[in-house]
Amino acid sequence: MSHHSLSPRQYLILAIVSISAPLGDGCLSRGMTAMPSISLAHPGALIAAVFTPWIALGIALLIGFFASYLTALSWADLTFVRPATALGNVILALIARFWLHETISLERWAGIVLITLGVSFVAQGPSLTQHPPSADDRTPCEAQAATEVEP
Amino acid sequence: MTIALQAAPLAAAPNPWIAAGMISAVILTSTTGEVLTAAAMKSLGDLDLIRARSGLKGAIRAVVTCPLFFAGVFFLALAFFSLLLALNHLNLSLVGPAAASVPLVTNAIAGKIFLKENVDRRRWAAAVLVCIGVYLLAH
Repeated sequence: MSHHSLSPRQYLILAIVSISAPLGDGCLSRGMTAMPSISLAHPGALIAAVFTPWIALGIALLIGFFASYLTALSWADLTFVRPATALGNVILALIARFWLHETISLERWAGIVLITLGVSFVAQGPSLTQHPPSADDRTPCEAQAATEVEP
Repeated sequence: MTIALQAAPLAAAPNPWIAAGMISAVILTSTTGEVLTAAAMKSLGDLDLIRARSGLKGAIRAVVTCPLFFAGVFFLALAFFSLLLALNHLNLSLVGPAAASVPLVTNAIAGKIFLKENVDRRRWAAAVLVCIGVYLLAH
């Protein structure tokens, strides 16, 4: 594995991946708990729910998450991106503790410490496994992407 | 990806084998989806570079014309519905932490086997530590 360091822009994308998924889930959760009970017999209520502010914000954050997650996977390994972006859970737990003054149990503090340790382990290593390039091995997607890059 | 849902409050305890099967289905489909999506993105190359050369439309076109990407999204959707099914039969306190944490380790195994990623001791340690940490946070 050769060393492959990340640019500040790539760190920013990893930060967006980390934060947007738990924040999006939080917004959806907040929006849905504020809604009256929705029955599958009335799917129109579910569609109306999409346009409420919290749920719309949650959906926008999750779309942002998916776009930045795909971008991260295009220049970093899956086994790097997944552990590295788990830090978002820790940040949210700390926001809950220090901003919302929620109580965090000893078990959760242990979880925060373990995630932070895991992220520090993976962050010290290279982000991408370099395979020897071979033009003959190109998949149709690679060939298509090459035409996008080389017009 | 996790979702904001609540399990049925009075979920009866099902057969442990059925429960294990439901959770395994969530983990298996989610891992397959993530590996296929990662393979698709890896086959495209750096999206930032494609966007710099061909604009946002070019980057989107490169992604949506890749069949592997749709295979990945299909399995991620399958994982989502497996999760809904599991939440319908099992307690959130059982399904939530398992679905959030175990894929970190299964992704490392699948990434090494199928994506040929170099999962060294540092990455194994990270996957296991984060898996346990996410389990403790989600529990």
